[in-house]
Amino acid sequence: MNGIHDLGGMHGFGAVFTEPNEQVFHYDWESRIMGMFPALFANGNFGVDEFRHAIERIDPIEYLEGTYYEHWFHAFKTLLVEKGAITKTELETGKAVSGTKATPGLTPAMVGSLLKTGASARVAHDVKARFSVGDKVLVTHKNPVGHTRLPRYTRGKVGTIAIDHGVFVTPDTVAHGKGEHPQHVYTVSFSAAELWGKDASKTDTIRVDLWDDYLKPAES
Amino acid sequence: MEHTHSHDHHHDGYQTPPKDSALRVKALESLLIEKGFIDGATVDAVVETYKHKVGPQNGAKVVAKAWVDPAYKARLLSNATAAIAELGFSGVQGEDMAIVENTPLVHNVVVCTLCSCYPWPVLGLPPSWYKAAPYRARAVIDPRGVLAEFGLEIPATKEIRVWDTTAELRYMVLPERPEGTKGFSEEQLAEIVTRDSMIGTGEPTLTTPSH
Repeated sequence: MNGIHDLGGMHGFGAVFTEPNEQVFHYDWESRIMGMFPALFANGNFGVDEFRHAIERIDPIEYLEGTYYEHWFHAFKTLLVEKGAITKTELETGKAVSGTKATPGLTPAMVGSLLKTGASARVAHDVKARFSVGDKVLVTHKNPVGHTRLPRYTRGKVGTIAIDHGVFVTPDTVAHGKGEHPQHVYTVSFSAAELWGKDASKTDTIRVDLWDDYLKPAES
Repeated sequence: MEHTHSHDHHHDGYQTPPKDSALRVKALESLLIEKGFIDGATVDAVVETYKHKVGPQNGAKVVAKAWVDPAYKARLLSNATAAIAELGFSGVQGEDMAIVENTPLVHNVVVCTLCSCYPWPVLGLPPSWYKAAPYRARAVIDPRGVLAEFGLEIPATKEIRVWDTTAELRYMVLPERPEGTKGFSEEQLAEIVTRDSMIGTGEPTLTTPSH
């Protein structure tokens, strides 16, 4: 979706502010939100692509006003209600109304190994790569209303395949429960001038990881 | 969803969350415990991990080893995930790693314009600036301006490679070993590798350790 989260290339946000000796968490409640993520993920309450899409669906003004962990908190509530894990009434009252009690999928003893293992989006499917390193590619110009990892600033631009990373699941379908659709992910290298015009640096490149479906052969 | 946001602009240049955030988060955590979805001790264990065990000190060890051990560096550049796992670092948000090497001709810098993807096993959780709009918006269109704000002036003839980590690869920069470190032990070298030097917004420093 052409959401507020797709920030690459925008102007007007000002200088980067860096806080010296910044703490990992600024507030204890941020750490509680962060710590809930692996637990909810392990339960199957949601996947990472659904989670990112829930953040993208936050009202744009709230998105810009909200901090990182507020975005996470918002996404938890959205997804837990949408997926029927909790009801709106339970969310509003803070009290469980249904009689059935779940069993946590992640116990304290499992935390170490789960965090060390993670959940790779790479899959072993033998899918043919349509492109090879060095190929010129045109990024498709499309504007999907759902989840995508195709940033607006690359659409319709021509780049060169720099790396083939192998086969991964596709977030555009996974986020909507429409299957893994395994395909190659490539790093595509764009010149700064291709993306930003002739006044841009002549030497710099911007490298973006893009799925096979996002690309077409460029006319040479 | 309630709309109770009344943000003040904080001295850090970003936002102060609403004052009732702690209560609202506590209410959700209590509900999820009551429903049997989560165990509070599990949340504690995750928080402990990212507060105390996982952080840029991990990535610094990877960099220092690559500086002193050419065979390790070769493995790191050809299969980053496996080489990083040799030192015991792996897992969530680092399942598939890539290392990009700074050279006299190329300076690498990493950003996630769409969210805030970051290589947790080697760098820990991202700093606020990495997650906030100014860096995410500008790193791809004005990398030289952004790096100047971090005190890095890159010569016009040197290529800046900006890596926008839109997929599930997680990137870490292998900075150049600074002059004047001949004779440093691997442990001493790890001390000078800053978090920002592994994002590409800084350089290793002989004077201000990152931790």
